[in-house]
Order: sequence, then C-alpha cells, then structure tokens
Amino acid sequence: MQVDLTADHFTLFGLERGFALEPADLTARYRELQQLLHPDRFAAASEAERRWSVQAAGRVNDAYTTLKAPLRRAVYLLSLSGVDIDEESDTRMDPEFLMEQMELREGLEAAGEADDPRAALAPLNERLRTMAETAQGRFGEALAAKDLDAARTEARQWQFVDKLRREAASLEARLDA
Amino acid sequence: MALLQIAEPGQSDVPHQRRLAVGIDLGTTNSLVAAVRSGEATVLADASGARSVPSVVSYRAAASDGSSNGGDRRPLVGRAAEARASDAPLDTVRSAKRLMGKGLDDVASSWLSDHYRFDPSGSVPAFVTAAGPRTAIEVSAAILGELKSTAEASLGGELVGAVVTVPAYFDDAQRQATKDAAALAGLPVLRLLNEPTAAAVAYGLDGAAEGEAVGGGIGDDSDERGSRRADRTAGRTVVVYDLGGGTFDVSLLRLERGVFEVLATAGDTALGGDDMDNLLVERMLADLELEALPDAAARARAKRVAREAKEALSVAPDFTLDWIVDGERRVSSVLTRETFERLVTPLVERTLAPCRQVLRDAGVAREEIDAVVMVGGSTRVPLVRERVAAFFGREVLTDINPDEVVAIGAAIQADVLAGNRGGDADLLLLDVTPLSLGLETMGGLVERIVPRNTTIPVARGQEFTTYRDGQTALAVHVVQGERELVADCRSLARFELRGIPPRVAGAARVQVLFQVDADGLLTVSALERESGTVASVDVKPSYGLADGEIEAMLRASMEHAPEDMRARALAERRVEAGRALEAIVSALAADGDEHLDATERAVIEELAAGVRAALEGDDRDAIDTAIEALEQGSETFVERRMNASVRRLMAGREISEVEETLEPRATASAARADAD
Repeated sequence: MQVDLTADHFTLFGLERGFALEPADLTARYRELQQLLHPDRFAAASEAERRWSVQAAGRVNDAYTTLKAPLRRAVYLLSLSGVDIDEESDTRMDPEFLMEQMELREGLEAAGEADDPRAALAPLNERLRTMAETAQGRFGEALAAKDLDAARTEARQWQFVDKLRREAASLEARLDA
Repeated sequence: MALLQIAEPGQSDVPHQRRLAVGIDLGTTNSLVAAVRSGEATVLADASGARSVPSVVSYRAAASDGSSNGGDRRPLVGRAAEARASDAPLDTVRSAKRLMGKGLDDVASSWLSDHYRFDPSGSVPAFVTAAGPRTAIEVSAAILGELKSTAEASLGGELVGAVVTVPAYFDDAQRQATKDAAALAGLPVLRLLNEPTAAAVAYGLDGAAEGEAVGGGIGDDSDERGSRRADRTAGRTVVVYDLGGGTFDVSLLRLERGVFEVLATAGDTALGGDDMDNLLVERMLADLELEALPDAAARARAKRVAREAKEALSVAPDFTLDWIVDGERRVSSVLTRETFERLVTPLVERTLAPCRQVLRDAGVAREEIDAVVMVGGSTRVPLVRERVAAFFGREVLTDINPDEVVAIGAAIQADVLAGNRGGDADLLLLDVTPLSLGLETMGGLVERIVPRNTTIPVARGQEFTTYRDGQTALAVHVVQGERELVADCRSLARFELRGIPPRVAGAARVQVLFQVDADGLLTVSALERESGTVASVDVKPSYGLADGEIEAMLRASMEHAPEDMRARALAERRVEAGRALEAIVSALAADGDEHLDATERAVIEELAAGVRAALEGDDRDAIDTAIEALEQGSETFVERRMNASVRRLMAGREISEVEETLEPRATASAARADAD
C-alpha cells in the first residue's frame, strides 16, 4: 500500500477505486494518515516542515470529504473517468424528471408557508430520501456496468434531489432557530 | 517513528530536558495558565496562591517626569487592577475579549460603549485610558504577559510557547487578534485551540467510563497508558456545552483512540454570563425606577453586585442585594433564585438553538450522544444545568472545575505539541472551521468557498477571470458567515490581485487559493495560470491590524523596553537560528545527496552560511531575514524528504523517484458539490 500525496483519492487511501466502499475502512485509513501528517505532529519542527504538513493534512482532509459522502464520491469517480457532470454541451434532462422536480420544489415552498411546516415537510423529506437512495443505487449499477452515460444521468438527477434535500434542511434550520 | 526522527533535529539538544510549554485560557472574565508537571496537568498559581487572574487591566497616567509610556508605568493586571475599578472605572478595562477582532460599529452596539470611552482614530478601536489609547489586543497582551510571568516563575524557566484557547465560534479576525496579542506579549503560540475541544481533552472522555472524569492528567507510565488504551475499543460521541463570561460555544465531537474529531460546532460570541449580569442590573434599575445610573462608578458597582448575586444564587435560594447607588443612597433588597431564573430564562433558551444546529450539522440524533460536558463558570447556574440536561435527555458532567477545565486541556495539548512526549503521543485533535468562508460576487452575493464545519487544515481553490480587455488587477472581498448576501456576512479582508498580464477579457485564469491552517486562520494566495505569475496580494483586514502594524507596535514597545527585554528578544532569535541550522545540517547529512543535485545543495549551504554570518552580529532583524531566507530556500528539499519518508513508512517498498510538489485538487464540480 503506497502513500502518494499527488495521486487520486482512492490511491491515497489505499482503497480500490469504485463506488462501493466500507465507511469504517475509510475512516480508519483517514485517521492513520492524519496521525502521521497533521500539523500537531510538527509543532516543534522547522517552519518548512510545518508548512508542508498543513498542505499534506489539507490534501488528506479534502480526499476524505470527497470520498465520505456518496454523491461527492460519485461525482469524483465520474471525473476520474473524464466525465464532467456539469459540462454545458449536454444539458438534456428527462422532462418527466424535471416536472417532478418542479412539483417538489413547489411543495417545499408550500410547506414553508403551511400552518404546521414541520408536519408538511415530513412526507416531502421521506420522498426525497427515497429518491436519493434510488438514484444512488442506479448510479452504482450503471458504473458497475461501465455505462458512463447512464451513470452521468443518474448522478445529475441525484444532484437535483440532493439540492432539494439541502433546501429542506435549511428550512428546518430556520424553523428551529 | 521514522517521520518524527526527521523532526527531531529541530528539537532540544538535551533529550531529557523538558520544553516548558503551557496552556492558557484567555477568558472574558478570568484567565488561567496551566502546565503538565510530573505527568499531570495543573493550573499554575501566582505568588499569592491565586489560580486565576481576572481579565482586568487598569491603566495609569505616565510618570510626571515626562518619561515615555510602556516601560515605566506598566498597567496593573488582575486583582490589583480590580482594586482600582471603583476609583478609576474608565481606565480599568474588563471584558476586552468582546472587542477582539471588532470594529467601531460593533463597539457602538455593544454594552461596553456605555462603560468606556473609545478612540476611533486608529485602524482598530481603542479604549481611551489615562495611559493613552489601548486596543483590545494590547489589553489582552497585558494579561498574557502577566500569565507568562506567573508561569515562568512557577516552572522556573523560559517558556518555548503556549497553546492559547479561543471560543470555537471565533471568526478569523477574532483569532488573528488573539495571535497578535500573544506576539505583542512575546509569547510564541503553539496552537490556537478551540475551548470546547480543550475541555474534551481535559475530560479525556476517550475511554473514560460514564460520569468518571479522567481528571486532568495523562500518566507518564506508558504501560499504564497502554492498558488504558486497550479498554478504548468503542468510540464515544460527546457534546461540550461551554457558557463563559462573554461567549457561548457548543461542539459535538467523536472520540476514538486518542483522536478527538470535531463533527460540528456552533455558538454565539456575544452571549455569556456577562449578559446575565446585565439583565439583572436592568432589573435592579427598574426596581429603583431609574432610567440609568449616574456615572461609570455606579455602573461598576451595580455590575459587581449583580455578579455576586448570580454566583450566590447558584448555591443559595436567595441573596440580599446591598449596594450604593449614588451619593448617600444605599439600596438593600432581597432577590430570590426564582426571580433570577425567570429573568435569565430567555438567555438560556437562546443557547439551545446552536445545540439543535450542531446535532443537525453533524447528522447525529440526541439519543446517540454518550456524554454532555459543562464548561465555563456560567454553567454553575442551576437553571442552565437543568435545561441542558432536559434538552439532551441525560445528566450532564460537571466533575472538573468548569473554570479550569479549558486551561487543563490546553496544557495537555501544549505538552504534546512542545514535543515532550516523543513519538508516543497519539493525541490528535481534528478541529473544524466554524463559519463558512467565501467571496463577494456580482450583485453582492456570497460564493461559498469553504463551508462551515470543514475539518482543518483545508485548502480550496476558485478560478477567476477578467471582465475587461487589458485588465491587470482583480479586487477580491473575503467574507465569513452563512448568509446569502455579502451585507449580512462578516467582512474579513479586501485585497487586490495585481500584476495580471493584460489580455482580452476572460483570457486570464487567476486561481485564488483559500487555506485555513490548524489554528483556524485563513491565508489567501493567488496564481495566474496562463503566465504562471504569482499575483501580488495585499490583504487589508477589515477588523484588525495590517501586517506592518503589529510589527510597529512591537518595535515601539521594544524601543521603550528595558535593556534586558531587548537582549532577551535577541537571544530568542539566536536560539531559533540555531535550531534552523541544526535541522538543515542534519537533513543534508541524512539524505542531501539523495534529493538534491550539486547546484541545489550549494544554494542551501550558502543560505545556511548566511544564517551563521548573521549570528555573528547583534542585529535581530538580520537574523530574522537570514532564517526566513533559509526556510524558503530549503522548502523544496523538505518537501522531497517528507514525501520520501512518508512513502518509506507506509509502503515498506523501495523509494521511487522524487515526487512533484502538492497541488490543490478541488475540481470545479467537486467544489460545487461541497459548497453547501
């Protein structure tokens, strides 16, 4: 198992490149690396070593953040295969899917103005959660089948759903405050 | 471990000599200093046995013989300063922490503006005192200086540095101000540590049984540590609720095998025990049917009696308020705990919103929390303990003195960072940046570059381009906060990227890199990719001292300083130079040939010779310049060594050729997915 700070995230963590990964393995590896590289280990060292450590630890944090969250990991995997999920040239999206997104968005706005916003949000959150799970599953399958086009489509749809979920979470945060 | 052996050349010559390092809790109301001695972290008392120093500084007018300020009439700090509060209320500064990293607008809206006069003419607001204008940074420096003296007297030697704690929710300007204060006090900062994280370290909750605090110390006996470590199989999820004199933080951490990982943090840097006192004073005025108090002295008296009442009511059901309003008018009335609790309930409720936020941000449910730790003097108020326990559905931990726990934790970290534990230490603190960092974009909107609760250190890049043909500069505004509009966020700094080669609009590719270090401090750098030039960046902080200003303050204090202080500063530089030389000489001997060609090696050796030459003279600045040149010139060499040793360690295979330098790897889409 090599440690190469300029390699891709999977190589850095000594993990097989792929969508499926064991969170416990990732976390264990992350901690191992930080035990070695973190600025806490270099506080008594020279200025240059300390500067290097800040960069190295930052690199490891970046990789961990990317690999830990399923959607980020998905987008990253696509980028490793040369697929840019946001490329302008191909913005076709399934019209049915877009309609659904619009409905969900309107539902979210309505929930915010409802008498009991939290109650209104609950079914919406559940639906979004299921949609995200489905997208995640389909992405995994497409990638395993080496169908990059399908994988890209799934990932883009997943991104839409994720954005809505985050907006729902923001709404909840505002309600809580 | 091989990696730490590389670092060792920079450490002390005498292997068994402990490096004296301390932990400092620079609080709004009280400050403490602690150190690890004989394997146990303890708070250091001053000559009179006092374990804490009130964060109060009292200034006196310069001596009448016209001698310059600073050296001769140093301000009084702590109890001595408090004694002057009644006689010289305007010159006796308290709660200066509230103004660290703040501007004039903040002063105007703070209750401090009722108690003190302010001088708006400098780049940062300053208290008007008998000794002249004094910024919050200078006030804090006076307190730090006092703690430093106490520590050195107590430990019997010079400090190599300190871990200074800050509220987790302190923004960049507030942190930088704290670092500036330490620089002014001549105290090297090993780390700025977040207060809740420090408390978690002190409790050593990693592995401790429920309710059983590992009070303050980690034993020196590695066998004992080893067996304790064997018990730590499962990790624990912990909440630290820290309500101090002027700030409130709540952090959620995951503790596992010596690693303390902050998952989320939230808080309010303008909420604390002080505010409880203020509420009580308002009530006292209302009861007397007074609009306001006659003068500053009366206000000081009122505040003091309010504070006494609050503290007394934590252990007694009622308290008699007995104080002089003005002239002859003296008031005596009974305040019950019930009344007090009703008064402060809204304030306590306010602290629960950040508690909800950390649970949400961390994605952790209340039931998953294993322990809740109470930190800060204000958590002694029974109402606070009750509400927090009710909120989390469990008993809260209060074993370690809530006033001392932060300093204790900082002392433990200081001991580790000073290198006193050799290669055995596995204490690792992974903290986060508390507030999102971003840039102003078109229409006054914020483009988020680093989201809040991102583990630090972190580096994120963003690419910009020019709007007009021939444009050679870009104006950038850095802000911190969660809102969508720039106007609602905290302005950190503005800078101009200059030296962009003039081309058609949109042709330039300027990569702006945000880097947050382990102290939570942001540095911004920029690179124009097409030409490869590093555009010059002149950062103008919105609420702080510009680069040259702290230097100027230091120089000014040096000029008036007694001879021995100047000599000491020079001696410190010499030691630093010696270390830098030692490190590079060992490194060159170890694997200079492996990583450097003849020319590269010659360059480094010449820079080292430059340091030796500077050491022959007495010019502190010359020594500084030479050290800096050596550090910069050997940067590539160090990187190559580090990369090689990391590979050697983890791979167990043979070393491959020299790797290139690191590059930030945030792709555009990954960055967008991150911008949460």
